[in-house]
Amino acid sequence: MANEQAGEHGGGSTGMPDPMHQFEIKRILPLEIFGVDASFTNASLFMVLAVITASAFLLMSTSGRSLVPGRLQSVAEMAYEFVANMVRENVGTAGMKYFPFVFSLFIFILACNMLGMIPYTFTVTSHIIVTFALAAVVFIGVTIIGFARHGIGFLKFFVPSGVPAALLPLLVVIEVISYLTRPISLSVRLFANMMAGHTMLKVFGAFVVGLGALGGWAPLGFMVAFTGLEILVAFLQAYVFAILTCIYLNDAIHMHH
Amino acid sequence: MEAEAAKLIGAGLASIALVGAGIGIGTIFGNYLAGALRNPSAAQGQFANLLLGFALAEATGLFGLVVALIILFVF
Repeated sequence: MANEQAGEHGGGSTGMPDPMHQFEIKRILPLEIFGVDASFTNASLFMVLAVITASAFLLMSTSGRSLVPGRLQSVAEMAYEFVANMVRENVGTAGMKYFPFVFSLFIFILACNMLGMIPYTFTVTSHIIVTFALAAVVFIGVTIIGFARHGIGFLKFFVPSGVPAALLPLLVVIEVISYLTRPISLSVRLFANMMAGHTMLKVFGAFVVGLGALGGWAPLGFMVAFTGLEILVAFLQAYVFAILTCIYLNDAIHMHH
Repeated sequence: MEAEAAKLIGAGLASIALVGAGIGIGTIFGNYLAGALRNPSAAQGQFANLLLGFALAEATGLFGLVVALIILFVF
């Protein structure tokens, strides 16, 4: 149903709203710098909102700095401990240097995903260019860390150990390709999850309206359950993005498979 | 065949990738439950890996969905 609707660009004959309409980018403040369109769009607005929400929450909750934490401070401490444990378990103590980056990444993606779950908001992470930029930062950063720590020896990462020499040319090529596709899989995973979820919610929302007061209850019940699942997915995808960043960092720092 | 019809059929075929995601998610949760019932004390420690596996399996199917959307909107 989604594909059929989406193919028509704007609903049209069946009267159902286009589920892709929610991902449209609108210019709020048109701006052009040296011929590049750098307008302040609704995507920029929600990225700013995500940063403000996350910063305001963390600043507010930790401003008291009481020894026995209150409810807000507990949430902030739990978030800190959660990410700190993730880094410690996956990268080891050598990776704690990069904890601020992983924490910011996790909180930013989580804030973007969760803001997107509020009706009538815009989901920044449902655009591949945003997730790809994040994944590219991780990929380039991790590669630089690998070369900075091991020098040219980091190239040994692409040569699996304990393999017959005859197979090596093939395996090295496969290893290099799998390394290069990391930013693509990392970004497409987050983008596809967010986009598919929001499209599905929209399609079922159209079912509820279309079937009316008599038959609309069944899809409505499904939607309530699915919204719960989407909130889980919003958290899970931020977690997966952060943990894969940790795993890539571990590869760059310790170099074992 | 009309190009528009071929596009719709192609997009539908690309969505079949979600079958694999369904099998993968079922396998992960099924095996986790089987393992957790045999050794409940070890189950808590593997919960993070369960979620990671679930997300990875689901994402693979969604790649197919992305292909479907590319067929519909890009070409």
